[in-house]
Amino acid sequence: MIPAGFEYHRPTDVASAVAILGRHGDEARVLAGGHSLIPMMKLRMAAPAHLVDLRGIAELGRIEIGDDAVVIGAMVAQHDLIAHEGLAQALPIIREAALQIADPQVRSMGTIGGNLANGDPGNDMPGLMQCLDARFALVGPGGEREVAAREFYESAYFTAREDDEILTRVIVPRPPAGAGWAYEKIKRKIGDYATAAAAVMLGEGFASVAMTNLADTPVWCEAAGRALAAGDVEGCVAAMLEAIDPAEDNRGPVAFKKHAAAAALRRAIARAQARRA
Amino acid sequence: MSKMHVKLKVNGRQVEGLAEPRMLLVHFLREELGITGPHIGCETSHCGACTVDMDGRSVKSCTVFVAQANGAEIVTVEGLTNPDGSLGVIQEKFREHHGLQCGFCTPGMITRAHRLLQENPNPTEEEVRFGIAGNLCRCTGYQNIVKAIMAAAAELNAAKEAAQ
Repeated sequence: MIPAGFEYHRPTDVASAVAILGRHGDEARVLAGGHSLIPMMKLRMAAPAHLVDLRGIAELGRIEIGDDAVVIGAMVAQHDLIAHEGLAQALPIIREAALQIADPQVRSMGTIGGNLANGDPGNDMPGLMQCLDARFALVGPGGEREVAAREFYESAYFTAREDDEILTRVIVPRPPAGAGWAYEKIKRKIGDYATAAAAVMLGEGFASVAMTNLADTPVWCEAAGRALAAGDVEGCVAAMLEAIDPAEDNRGPVAFKKHAAAAALRRAIARAQARRA
Repeated sequence: MSKMHVKLKVNGRQVEGLAEPRMLLVHFLREELGITGPHIGCETSHCGACTVDMDGRSVKSCTVFVAQANGAEIVTVEGLTNPDGSLGVIQEKFREHHGLQCGFCTPGMITRAHRLLQENPNPTEEEVRFGIAGNLCRCTGYQNIVKAIMAAAAELNAAKEAAQ
């Protein structure tokens, strides 16, 4: 399994990376950790002529814990998310979710930016970031713009990011003190994508609920959050089951996916409630 | 495609070579450097037989381009022996506890165990199992592999205490 040849670029700042992307148009792809792109290249389902590796851009590897928000650079690996104590204090749900992604070696390389930008419905971070109401910073030739996670995903592998833009940072607002949280993933085995996964945040008068791999995009459901905020767990589950649109695949038929979705969501809600201060 | 100049530190030794950027790290190690400890198993980043240490992290070298690894420090199973060439503690414990049958997964297992014990010197059995979740063994059922890693942790910790 040998990928097609390509020119390799390792710029050291975002502006240079954007310039290289602009020069080569759709011949070029951004390389983060490579654990989605390289397997696709080995299968020759992707054959970019230019790879723009972001690993040389130091600023994309940072995590900043602010009073109101946490800012995570796109090249922060899942391993770094798990190891960062400040992040675990501010947003422990990120560690809980990252620990359920793939396996240790893949988490060494796989990045939050790649996980979010790829648009794979199986990826865990998009649903989590919708639950947390995060925003993504996109830098292109015209400068930087921010897009809400809840508006970023259009369909499988299609997002609001333009081909000449790079997702550089994730801005996550800090939840209110005492909020309960949980990320629950049902999967066939370690390393697998979710059969169903649920991200839940809840607190005094608010709740936010999103699910993964149960439609073409992550599903953040406002009605489910509203029901849960009012203490109506069954109403929350019913609203979410209306919102998802799972397809039959090797993880099971539609009825089973819905069953797993409800189970994941109920478990996540119970854990979040138990953690609420 | 033009070849690029690649510089790596492998098992403490500085190495240089020319490679196409698309060459995978495992192929560079095996074919260009003759370091055959990292095995090519599934080639799809599932099995972990190709696991090496890259800048202090366990990675699957079948899913890393040599271009990405350029400038990095790599440790393979060959780098985990004692300076006199005898088996290192983890290798010795795999032998003692029979933590292998066919041996194909063993270099990846040992390289992963090495990093796991750096990150968590005193793991529970559950943490060992979670820590080697990216390494598949189709012979042993993992029991003796877990025993070997637990025994290695105990011996490494005892040696550390004795040194203090």
